[in-house]
Amino acid sequence: MTDLAVSRPVTAKPALDVSSDAAKARIRARYRAERRFRFYGIAALVVTTLFLAMLLVDIVSKGLPVFKAHSLVLDVAVTQDAIDPAGKRDAATIRAADLAPVMRDALKSAVPGPLGRLGDRTLVRLLSIGAADDLVADLLRNPALIGSTIRTRLLLSDDADIYLKAKGAVTSRRGDGTITPDAKSGAVAIAASGPAFAVDLARIKAVMVERARVLETEAARLDRSGGAAVSDKVADLRREAAELLGRARDPAGEETLDTRLPSLLLSINGGLVKVEKLKADSAVGTALLPLSAASASSDWSVVTYATPAGDRKITDLEIALLEHLRATGKVEAHFNTRFFTSGDSREPELAGIRGALSGTAWTMLVTLVLCVPIGVLAAIYLEEFAPKNRWTDIVEVNINNLAAVPSIVFGLLGLAVFLNFFDLPRSAPLVGGLVLALLVLPTIIIASRAALKSVPPSIKEAALGVGASHQQAVFHHVLPSAVPGIMTGTIIGMAHALGETAPLLLIGMVAFIVDVPQAITDASTVLPVQVYLWSDLPEPAFQEKTAGAIIVMLMFLFVMNAAAIMLRRRFERRW
Amino acid sequence: MTTLYFVIMVALVPVAFWAARRRAFAVVEGRPGVLHSLPTYHGLLVAVIVFIPMLVVFALGTPAVGRLAEARAVAALPSDVAADLLRRSAVMREVANVASGNHAGDPAPGIRAAADSLVATRDAGHLAVLVLGLAVAAAAFAFAYRRIAPAFRARNHFERFVRVVLMACAAIAILTTIGIVFSVVFETYRFFFDPALKGRPTVSEFLFGTEWNPQAAMRADQGDIRTAFGFVPLLTGTLLITAIAIAVAGPLGLFSAIYLAEYASPRLRASVKPILEILAGIPTVVLGFFAALTVAPLIRGWGESFGLDVSSESALAAGLVMGMMIIPFISSLSDDVINAVPQSLRDGAYALGSTKSETIRRVVLPAALPGIVSAFMLAVSRAVGETMIVVMAAGLAAKLTFNPLDAVTTITVQIKTILVGDQEFDSAKTLAAFALGFVLFFVTLMLNVIALQIVRRYREQYD
Repeated sequence: MTDLAVSRPVTAKPALDVSSDAAKARIRARYRAERRFRFYGIAALVVTTLFLAMLLVDIVSKGLPVFKAHSLVLDVAVTQDAIDPAGKRDAATIRAADLAPVMRDALKSAVPGPLGRLGDRTLVRLLSIGAADDLVADLLRNPALIGSTIRTRLLLSDDADIYLKAKGAVTSRRGDGTITPDAKSGAVAIAASGPAFAVDLARIKAVMVERARVLETEAARLDRSGGAAVSDKVADLRREAAELLGRARDPAGEETLDTRLPSLLLSINGGLVKVEKLKADSAVGTALLPLSAASASSDWSVVTYATPAGDRKITDLEIALLEHLRATGKVEAHFNTRFFTSGDSREPELAGIRGALSGTAWTMLVTLVLCVPIGVLAAIYLEEFAPKNRWTDIVEVNINNLAAVPSIVFGLLGLAVFLNFFDLPRSAPLVGGLVLALLVLPTIIIASRAALKSVPPSIKEAALGVGASHQQAVFHHVLPSAVPGIMTGTIIGMAHALGETAPLLLIGMVAFIVDVPQAITDASTVLPVQVYLWSDLPEPAFQEKTAGAIIVMLMFLFVMNAAAIMLRRRFERRW
Repeated sequence: MTTLYFVIMVALVPVAFWAARRRAFAVVEGRPGVLHSLPTYHGLLVAVIVFIPMLVVFALGTPAVGRLAEARAVAALPSDVAADLLRRSAVMREVANVASGNHAGDPAPGIRAAADSLVATRDAGHLAVLVLGLAVAAAAFAFAYRRIAPAFRARNHFERFVRVVLMACAAIAILTTIGIVFSVVFETYRFFFDPALKGRPTVSEFLFGTEWNPQAAMRADQGDIRTAFGFVPLLTGTLLITAIAIAVAGPLGLFSAIYLAEYASPRLRASVKPILEILAGIPTVVLGFFAALTVAPLIRGWGESFGLDVSSESALAAGLVMGMMIIPFISSLSDDVINAVPQSLRDGAYALGSTKSETIRRVVLPAALPGIVSAFMLAVSRAVGETMIVVMAAGLAAKLTFNPLDAVTTITVQIKTILVGDQEFDSAKTLAAFALGFVLFFVTLMLNVIALQIVRRYREQYD
């Protein structure tokens, strides 16, 4: 201090510099830093919100189509011979009857024919394996319908359903000029009066150029990752790309449409021709739907399906049939009730979440019955009765740590103790509920303790003052005041348990279970595990189901959390 | 039969309560003031005294009857079947099916006889348990009922019982921990030291081995694939994904917390907090689906457009989404610690002329540092133990790499992969999962204990 005063006299102290340019620049820099810092905070919040929005939009856009399903509405002639030749009219006969021929006849009459064997088989494949279910249900309800023609809904297969749900997959262009087919069915050659197909040919060539580019990129990537093992493959890719480019550069050349190029269908004279070879002024193809006449027509259109046949599961013939059925008003979109009323299935269009929902209900019941009383009583003990010593300290630390133990470790506990040691049934809601109860117990204890602690001591003291015992004061006065807080904590804990998956995988709740569980010892699965199971399956329709199941699960969570918030707002008192 | 027992028990307990309550009124001729305890307490005490023995008889009797019935059924089987353990368990399953009426078609006569003996023994046993339970309940009731007297301290006795129940409930938390520790430690011990176990590794092979291939231990005839239990690739995979997650969630969570605690108006706070809560409440299986089906293809597509070779199960996708999962976690914990920094420290900094961001960077954050460190440690422990996101979005092959675009596997993925499906508790493969569980439990426990200790110290500093 004195040193300072001696070496630097007071008068030599630099004046406070706030007006020079350097000082102003410093201030500006500091304010810039301030704004930058603020911006980082806002950016972090925005990014987080965007993450959440992306997630929700993605799930909802993937999952919403699941609530819609497509069926064919057809007049089915349910003949006595086909269903019930003996005229018994009882449930067993109706259930055992083979309805496939009846449905096939109804389908055939709905499309122009004859389609040939392949066509007939494709036609039947459009329907789901469970298509007859609704028809059987109708007949069971009213056996008198046997022998008459009834209008009924036949569920379409998952591929057909996905095709019908996709928008803009097919584009249609009205043709100019006159074209003349030379046959009504089978191989058809079409001649045009002018360059009627020039537009389509140009589009195909553009696709080929694009495809060549993709192949080049792939070849370059493989080349970089290197090795002699891939050099043949690289050469193949390059050759294919060069060939494609060569074909594409010749604007007048004839083009063969293979499965790696878009499908072109010519709609003419009430029929549909799949184009196999295309020139600007002529085309060769096969009739998918027979033409009414082999005569020239100026009323025609070109239908293009941009996804190459090699990249999709649905064939051109199926598309032709579906489009015809749709144009004649036979396809009906309706709410997918089956998604909520049936259990799991290997067929995507038949699979539903009923089994998983019941499994979740049973599991949650076991969890609730176990963890609420135990959690609340443990909290009461620790908060009100436990002596403050090392033991209660250990219990407290232990509960805090238990709340942070990874959930999969609880699965190991369930596997080793409940399944292996106590020999409880695998895959059962009983064990699932037990494991989840242990998992959420710390949450409920911590929340209940906080609720009990927030009740002012004066309430207990007043009760003790008028002669209540300690337990009477706690159970009659403190606990009722803490109930809203305890319930909020319980709901949050149960919401956590509802979404928990990992420990249930280890105790066998991942089995493929078709039946809806009826008791806590039946094999079952739960909603989040069903999500996991479906997400693993390759069919695109199951992806849709997965997202749909997620939407249902998020709805439940949303309702539970909203209830917790409402409880907190309405009942929680500030003392 | 079990249902009947429960129905009788549930019916008898209130009856005992009312009878004892009336008796309490009767012994003092309707003047409850004379009683030491309220009549209700006399009733509760008797009800408890009837309930407990009945429950004990049931809990001990029912499994005993089950064992006995099984033993009798085995005795009724042909002797060659009964001697062969493997065949016996298969036959016993069939017997159980026949006994419960689920068997389709006509069973073999030997099985039919065993099932009949099973059913007969079981029915007789259940009846015996029921009779015993009723007898015990009657005796207990008579004993307790006769003790009702004006001076009898029923409330004190009942409250002592309640206290024991409360203590038992609190002890369940401890029992859970003991259960976890025992189950993982016991199986881990067998994994390393059980001489009967084929293909078990030594501890150092496990800890320092760089190859992980448990599948080969499944069958003896797959001799050409080498079994390996080297833990290192799993550790690097777990650390890689955790590091990516923290790199995402750390800055985002911390800056969100700073903004919410220091800058945001109460209205903004009230509208942003729910967003973070929603994110925190989304089940991890949903995030896993998002990671596997949306984020991973997206990253793969971007990578390819830059000419990078991205695996379809890249660590980056799993890590990114896991980061999303822990943003709310870091943000809410950091928010708490920042709010706990006393206002006087900020005021001091403002008085010296600092801007708000200077105050935060030079004063608030250093003061809150221990709490923030512990928040990060808890986040790491959460990321290490997270299962569903990595199960769905990360790979299965154990690869020793630090390339975030490559597929890696983690400890939790391996536990899940090994234990889903049928397990045999005598194969090294199954036990390996428990050893991994032990490592996981131990690591997360350490992180939590240290983090909670830091928080505790920190709170004491400013309280």
